[in-house]
Amino acid sequence: MKKIKSSEITPEHQYLSRREFLKGMGIATAGAAILAACNGRVPEGNGAADPADVITDELGDPLNTFEAITNYNNYYEFSTDKEKVAELAKDFITSPWEVQVGGLVNNPKTYSIDDLRRFEIEERIYRLRCVEAWSMVIPWNGFPLSKLLNEVEPTSDGKYIRFETIYDPEQMPGFNRYPGYEWPYIEGLRMDEAMHDLTLLATGIYGKDLLPQNGAPVRLVVPWKYGFKSIKSIVKIDVVDVMPISLWNAAAPDEYGFYANVNPNVDHPRWTQSNERRIGEFGRRDTLMFNGYEEEVAHLYQDMNLEVNY
Amino acid sequence: MLEKAKRNYIQILVHIGAWIPLALGLWDFWNVNLGPDPIREVTLRTGKTALTLLMLSLACTPINTLFKFKPVLKLRRPLGVYSFMYASIHFSIFIGVDYFFNWEQIVEALFEKRYAIVGLSTGLILLPLAITSTKGWKRRLKKNWKRLHKLAYAAGVLAVIHYIWLVKQGVVEPWFWAGGLLILLSLRVKQVKRLVDNFPKKTQALSNQ
Repeated sequence: MKKIKSSEITPEHQYLSRREFLKGMGIATAGAAILAACNGRVPEGNGAADPADVITDELGDPLNTFEAITNYNNYYEFSTDKEKVAELAKDFITSPWEVQVGGLVNNPKTYSIDDLRRFEIEERIYRLRCVEAWSMVIPWNGFPLSKLLNEVEPTSDGKYIRFETIYDPEQMPGFNRYPGYEWPYIEGLRMDEAMHDLTLLATGIYGKDLLPQNGAPVRLVVPWKYGFKSIKSIVKIDVVDVMPISLWNAAAPDEYGFYANVNPNVDHPRWTQSNERRIGEFGRRDTLMFNGYEEEVAHLYQDMNLEVNY
Repeated sequence: MLEKAKRNYIQILVHIGAWIPLALGLWDFWNVNLGPDPIREVTLRTGKTALTLLMLSLACTPINTLFKFKPVLKLRRPLGVYSFMYASIHFSIFIGVDYFFNWEQIVEALFEKRYAIVGLSTGLILLPLAITSTKGWKRRLKKNWKRLHKLAYAAGVLAVIHYIWLVKQGVVEPWFWAGGLLILLSLRVKQVKRLVDNFPKKTQALSNQ
């Protein structure tokens, strides 16, 4: 894939917050300025960009570059190597595409991508926290899943949503390379989680159509859960009455539960969950409860023991 | 001078080869070619280089057993010391760049994650081995030197466990290393060694019949 310079997408200064500049200064005194410079993310000039010009998430952290977002992907259907997915996925055909929405609904419907684009597309800047203890800030384009669900009208028996990724071994080498998983990729949400306004069906990043490595043409984004819940390249959405068993839940139930809410207090056997590396930064930052969306979503889990329901 | 003259081509090859990963790393660093997460990339690279050199060091004795090729025995020390060098860089990156001297996080990471505990243990074994790798220490420690340096095998085992425990599900590469290490270790077992030692004689005896 032709590398796209971040500077071609969004003006450089928009990535560089005052905070990062100060951080860069701190690093310089620590004698590690070269590494920071090689990251290409230390501001030039006086660094005093007008805060109003800087695009950040609501916590004031700058967006990750388009290049980082599109070249660091967990997508086992292509490869377990995050930096190889983009290349392996570059010829993946995403058109025509259909998403079958059915199950316990009054109006089952098969949506084409054009049908999905009829929903009002919004920009949502979300943090994405991977269970591997790294994170990014990503400007998604999409619409709340609730709008789609309202169209198909789940019946009162519908308790959960089950999502399914495309299964296409001819285009995706991972199926043959990693036969130990119960393909296709499955994920699930509880109805109230699915109806939450933060839950997004995304079709783009940085105002451009999603690239295959990011889950083109349509994917889920649930920002308060670990990244693997945000299933990619969706072909099927079913309203069901039993809790769906996700691919990861089936593969390693002691590591990956159904909920997978970002929670610094519940550890994973391999990766610490109390802190994370924001891609492009030095050191690590503390992981926030529900990935910083506690105010919005904590009520969904009020009476639940999150150590058991991880 | 005499010491230098004794070094054969294969030793020179090791000394050059051992610096190549570092040179490549610096080159990629300079050219901003370390991917979206350069910290992870350099951590992985230095770790893998340390493991490779340690395994090569451990392979020397078995190679001599199998092929009766004595010059490799002289490579054990430089390979081991270079392995320690990369392990030190690996650890320094972990402390100073990955965790940026955040001691609270570092202590948590080091002592709560099993892969980190074994990784640290590997380093703690390699440290005295590297320190005592000089001729002076060899002389001072006499018989104990050899005993002490058998710990290199323990370091090899721990290094592979470190690798197995740190990778995510679906990554099989560390298991190849485990297989390789198992072969190397089995060649150290007396019975296996004797079998291998006798093997050429036996085949010779057979062909003479």
